[in-house]
Amino acid sequence: MITSLAQIVRQHPFTVGLDDEYVALIEGCAHNVAFAPGDLLCREGESADTFYLLRRGHASIQVHAPGRAPIVIETVGPGSVVGWSWLVAPYRWTFDAQAKEPVGAVAVDGACLRQKTLVDPALGYALLSRVTAELLARLQATRMRLLDLYGGPGEH
Amino acid sequence: MTPVVHRVVARTRETDDVVTLCLEPVDGPRMDFLPGQFNMLSAFGVGEVAISLSGAPRDVGPLRHSVRDVGAVSRALCQIEVGGVVGVRGPFGTDWRVTPREETRSVDHRDTVVVAGGIGLAPLRGAVCELVATLPEGGGRVFVLVGAREPSQIVFGEDLAAWARAGATVLVSVDRPSSLWHGHVGLVTTLLADAGFNPANTRALLCGPEIMMRFTARALVDMGVNPLAVLVSLERNMQCGLGWCGHCQLGSLLLCRDGPVVPYAGIVSGLMNERER
Repeated sequence: MITSLAQIVRQHPFTVGLDDEYVALIEGCAHNVAFAPGDLLCREGESADTFYLLRRGHASIQVHAPGRAPIVIETVGPGSVVGWSWLVAPYRWTFDAQAKEPVGAVAVDGACLRQKTLVDPALGYALLSRVTAELLARLQATRMRLLDLYGGPGEH
Repeated sequence: MTPVVHRVVARTRETDDVVTLCLEPVDGPRMDFLPGQFNMLSAFGVGEVAISLSGAPRDVGPLRHSVRDVGAVSRALCQIEVGGVVGVRGPFGTDWRVTPREETRSVDHRDTVVVAGGIGLAPLRGAVCELVATLPEGGGRVFVLVGAREPSQIVFGEDLAAWARAGATVLVSVDRPSSLWHGHVGLVTTLLADAGFNPANTRALLCGPEIMMRFTARALVDMGVNPLAVLVSLERNMQCGLGWCGHCQLGSLLLCRDGPVVPYAGIVSGLMNERER
């Protein structure tokens, strides 16, 4: 069965609850992409005009360091969104994202979408709400990891 | 209740600060227990501490306790060599309710999600062994999600591999990867979305740092898991093991008697969010 791009975008958790009209606007800026293991979805410092709705496979959010292997910050998988730098000037990636295995995703042209939000601020609000939810979840997870919970309180 | 002297018949170093002790009574039969229960272990001359049983009831052989070196008593226990003796009182407390009761012997067909953080896998190990053993009998699917600070802190690596071979879905995540780690990186709750269980027909067993359990329980409920089907293992200052001394009181609960395994729903959910004064 062939699934249309519209169906793929509609089924992704990022668009759940979004008006059909807005899903169509996102679809108009989107295309399917595939990455082989080791491919970079995005590279730190480069222009961030795309974000990805992951459909299958996992990718590492990581930062490169001289003289050593990249430092992995977290792993993201199907249903996740990779990239929010397209929303905020200067629109530049701040981390690498690398495919750990074959990754299928919808690439959305952030510059295209930004233009559409200028025409329809309600679309901008809807997108920002969703990106903020993703940001909040990642921020909370990061805070939890900073707590170093597994260290434990010790004996009573 | 007097401690029964047990001899250490095997000793395994799981991580740099966790040791598993296998204990056999010096005299008499091995005690019966249920997964999730705990014993009070004595390091003679040092003190007594509550340690969960990490074995499975269906296993024959010695009792297993996995001890993390976090204080004077646990350090003394970790240092006991094969042939040494410890005192054992128990078993105490409630269990994970995964062992079919004698009266029904029926297999539970629900999905079971087991979420463990760090040494929290120890009290769950016996439960997972029981659940995996029921898979050929048509038992529900088993999902084991494990979080650890770093790869070297993952306990029971051989068991995790064996459970996966037996048909369980086993996912492991670390907070701080080493350069050799190719697995998942992130909070253990980030594994929930990937696991593939059916929230509407799922029970969950959680053990680990209390903050981790609180957030995991909320995430499961948000996904649609019935709060009544979420069990957590809570720990306080267990001393008598019989509900007499009150040291382990949490609200209206005495955790050595009413816990450590309790349903997240209702009173416990409130108490886990209560700020102690």
